[in-house]
Parts: sequence; structure tokens; C-alpha cells
Amino acid sequence: MSNIKYTEDHEWIKVDGDTAWIGITTYARHALGDLVYIELPETGRQIAKGDDFAVVESVKAASEIYTPVTGEIVEVNDNLQDNMDDLKEDIDTGWIVKVKMTDDSEASALMDKAAYDSFVEGLE
Amino acid sequence: MTNAAALNDNMDIDTMEIQDDTRGLHYDENLLYEKERCDRPGVDLPPPEGTPLRTGFEARGDIGLSQVSEPQVVRHFVRLSTKNYSIDSGFFPLGSCTMKHNPRINEKNARIAGFAHIHPMQPESTVQGALAVMHDLQGWLAELTGLPGVCLTPAAGAHGELAGVMTIARAHELQGNTHKKVMLVPDSAHGTNPATAAMCGFDIRVIPTKETGRVTVEAFKEALGDGNDVAGMMVTNPNTCGLFETDIAEIVDLLHDAGGYFYCDGANFNALVGKIRPGDFGVDVMHLNLHKTFSTPHGGGGPGSGPICVAESLRPYIPSPLVLKEGDTYRLERDGERETQCGRLKGFQGQFGMHVRALSYMLSHGADGLKQVSEDAVLNANYIQASLKDDFHAPFEGPMMHEALFTEKYQKEHGVTTLDIAKGLIEYGMHPMTVYFPLVVNGAMLIEPTETEGKDAIDRFIDVMKKLAADARNGDVEKFHNYPQSAPTKRLDEVTAARQPKLRWSEA
Repeated sequence: MSNIKYTEDHEWIKVDGDTAWIGITTYARHALGDLVYIELPETGRQIAKGDDFAVVESVKAASEIYTPVTGEIVEVNDNLQDNMDDLKEDIDTGWIVKVKMTDDSEASALMDKAAYDSFVEGLE
Repeated sequence: MTNAAALNDNMDIDTMEIQDDTRGLHYDENLLYEKERCDRPGVDLPPPEGTPLRTGFEARGDIGLSQVSEPQVVRHFVRLSTKNYSIDSGFFPLGSCTMKHNPRINEKNARIAGFAHIHPMQPESTVQGALAVMHDLQGWLAELTGLPGVCLTPAAGAHGELAGVMTIARAHELQGNTHKKVMLVPDSAHGTNPATAAMCGFDIRVIPTKETGRVTVEAFKEALGDGNDVAGMMVTNPNTCGLFETDIAEIVDLLHDAGGYFYCDGANFNALVGKIRPGDFGVDVMHLNLHKTFSTPHGGGGPGSGPICVAESLRPYIPSPLVLKEGDTYRLERDGERETQCGRLKGFQGQFGMHVRALSYMLSHGADGLKQVSEDAVLNANYIQASLKDDFHAPFEGPMMHEALFTEKYQKEHGVTTLDIAKGLIEYGMHPMTVYFPLVVNGAMLIEPTETEGKDAIDRFIDVMKKLAADARNGDVEKFHNYPQSAPTKRLDEVTAARQPKLRWSEA
């Protein structure tokens, strides 16, 4: 699991070669509460580190999801549209997009599991 | 089905049970369309003779309207009205909304025939009194904000924001500042702020406030950078965490040095009215919600009204039409009279009925009365904040402005959330506070009592909150998850309602 990294905005990314799978963490999922809508991007869109590329709306609020890496969206998990409960910290079903990265140093600079867990602990 | 059942389909003939949910004085009121369609129309006109029917059923066919009698119509709407909860029925501490009492003298004045029965296309010479009201209102708003340019037309707060940011965009456009593309917005802002800036073509750069609940000079400087691309900043002061932005003067100096304009969201003006003038802490443009600060009815009770006030430097760019006075005569600015304006936002002159009510409120309070409004609003909020601080977690240190802010932190340990507490308040006959906003606080409860609540009402609210906190500590979680039990519709399934909304009536 060492190739899973985390951001301060509560996204997880799995690095597989030059491709990054991006989803949201369990902490984010709990903070959002019950989801009612998800807006997904189009394949082929170029995104830069820090851009928002999707929106999830819950009974509490609408939240943007940010990419921690620069690149092109090569695949979108359309399954989430009708199965919003799949959006979670699960590599197989919970990813939102796959991004072909142009700079893999962006990913390696992110937090690992232990660092993220202590970051979350500090938020409470 | 037996004949007896057919005569009365409200009863299950086998069990002798009444089928609808009307019990006590709670009426299970169906839509008019769902009422039995019968030949009891409320009007009784003889059929026309000698000419073919061109309207109604003959021309269009049967469109399925109920034919109901006048007493049925009256009961239908009176029963529906009893299901409503409003500021006229009880405590309504909805944060960021300023649900204050709507004084009846405002209503009396708005019904004066010379205000109520005029038409916006009447010749100006016949509506001088109405124009004088608007001109006086412009003057009061300019005096209270310290911002001399006032446009009354925006029809609500977000519409006022649009007018204000369009004014800023127009100023930059005419000054040739095409490189100024960024609007700075703190993460505690009302969602309408970044939405408005985006609608006007600006990129949003967020200023983080999570640590202290305020915009700090350091965080602002980092967001500003060299300031070259910054068109302006949108800040609510006091902010949505109920706190006064204490560094605002220093921040605005830096913003002005970089050539940016300061848009202040006036949603929370009730904490400042009569005490300080936003123009004095550097505001360039601000909207005011007449329906909040100046007591005109809202929240299902009436239209909003969101005039904008601007500094002298932005005056050429505000939307048209302004009300002008020449000698003893009032007139509206004419189309094309001021070419630098950013446009026209609305048909005619805005929500004139609200202008009358707001001016009535100001005149009946006077300058000293308005000052006491903000003082009492702030006192009431701090009384709540101090009274509940041991029962609910306060994310920021006070003193608060006109709102109290708590989180669900203590209750969540026992499995009770902000939503459960809000539903619990309904069980005890109160409108809930604003929940889950501001977003920078987890499980936020934002409470705005306003100055018009007396100590009795506020003490009952505090008692109910303390009772709910005690119930949560005692672990009665199941009760919380089923609140409210006494309301007509009990606990609603909000997730299904949002995922599969029923937006259109259809025959069952």
C-alpha cells in the first residue's frame, strides 16, 4: 500500500506508473455525510495541481474535489453517478478519475498513510 | 368493496379505521387537485347564449381542475397556513438570516394608497411622493454606510452582490485593468460570494481562515501575492463565524495599494448598523439586505431587497436608474444618461414596497434607535454564547458579534449530530438554527437571536438547548434520531428527497 498518498484536502491518490487514481478519504466521506449528487469531469480534460475537477453534493454542502497532480484525465468512474455510496476510500470502486501525470514528483511530495493519519488527528 | 365503503372512502369498512392522518388539530391536507372533483364551483355564471365558447373546457377540453366551493377553498388555505412556522409564530434563530420581527407600522405605511396603488409607468409628476421615499432611503443608506452612491434596484442579497461585483468589473474595464482577473474570497464566505465573482468572470483565490476564524494579515498577504492580478476582495464583516474582522483596516490598505476594490457582504450589517460606518474601514462597495437589517418580511413572507452602496470612486459605475433630486422635483435617471454605468439589473425600480417598509423602520427607530438595534442584537447573541458554552463546544473565542456559534463536538461523542439537535428544537416548538454553515467549522450551529427577542424567549431556547445536551450526554440516541415526533411530518428522509426529488404533481 506504499504507493497510496494523501492530501491535506482529504483526497487519496494511488500511483501506478505514470497514472494516478484519485478518490476521497474516509475522513472526507464522514465529514460530507449522505451524498445526493456528484458532478464528474469529461475524459481528456487537462488539469493542473490544485484545480477542482469534480463536485460532490451532500445533504450538508457542496464540495469541490481538487487534484494534487498535473496531467490529463484519461478515465472517469461513471459508475459513481448511480452508485454514490461507492465513493469511498476503496481503490477498486471508489476512484473518481485516473490522471496521466506529467510530473510524478508532485505525487511523491504528498503525505503517506502515517503522516495523513496524524494530520487528521490534529484536526480534531 | 361494499356499497357502504364506496360512500365514504375515508374509512376502511373492514377495520372501521379512519384512513387519513387527521388527528387532533393536525389536518392531513391534500392538494386541491387531490380533492374529490365535484360540481361545487365557487362561482355560478349562466352559460353564455348566442356565441360559441372560445375559452374554458369547450375550447381546451377537461384539464382536470377541481371544482371546489368557496368554503372548501378557504379551509384549504387556512389549514395550510397553520402548518407554516414564521417569525410571527415563534423564535426563529436562523443564523445569517436576521429573522427579526416585522413591525406592523411598516405594513400600515406600505398600504397607503399613494404607495400601494401606483404603477411604475405613471408619469413622474404623479409619483413624486414615491420618488421622495426612494430618495430619502438612498440618503439614509448612504449615511449609515458612509458610502455616498446608492442604487436601490437589486431585488435580493445575491442580486446586490451581482450588482456590486459588476460595478467593480466595470470600473476595471473602463480603467483598462484587463490584467486584474482574481477575486480574493475567504473560505468562511457565504457561497454566493465566490459564485457571484465567477459569474462576473473572475477567478477565485481562497484565503484560509480555519485557524482563527478570521482573515489574518499573513494569510491575506499570501493570497494577494504582488497584487498585480487582483481585482478585489469579498469579505463579510462581521464574518460568518460571528467574529469581527479585527485586522480589516490593515488588510484593506494593502488591497487598495495593489489597486483592488473591497466588496463587503452586508448580510451581517445588523451587528454594525448605527454603530460604525463600513466606509470608515475601507469598504468600496457593499450590499444591504433591507429584508434582514431593516425588518422587511422575508423567508416566504415577502420579496427581498438588496440595494448597494458605493464609495465616491465607484459611483460612476453603479447600475441605473438612480433617483435624482433637482430643486424640489424628483426624477429617475434616464437611459443613456450615465454612460459609465454597468447596466440595468431589473425591470423598473426594484422592490418599491420594501423601500417604503425599510424607510418606515428607519424613521420609526431614528438614528439612536438603530444604534440600539445593533447593541441589543450583539448582547443577545453573547448572552446565548455565554449561557451554552459549557454544554456545547465553541470553536472560537469570543466576544461574538450578533451570532453565537457552536459545534457538535461534545454531542458527537454520544452519537448525536447537529442535524439531530436541529430536529430536537422542532420537537420543542422552535425553528432550528442554521446548521452545517459556516463550512470551516465541522457540524456548525449558527444562532442569531436578533434584538427583537426578549429575555423570556431566549431563556426558553437556552433551556431547550441545555435539555438536548443533557439528553445526548445520557445516551438517549434513539430518541434523537426520531425527532421530531410531534410535528405534522415527523422525521423526513432528506437523502431520498434530494436523490429522487418529486418536482411535479401526478395523479396517484
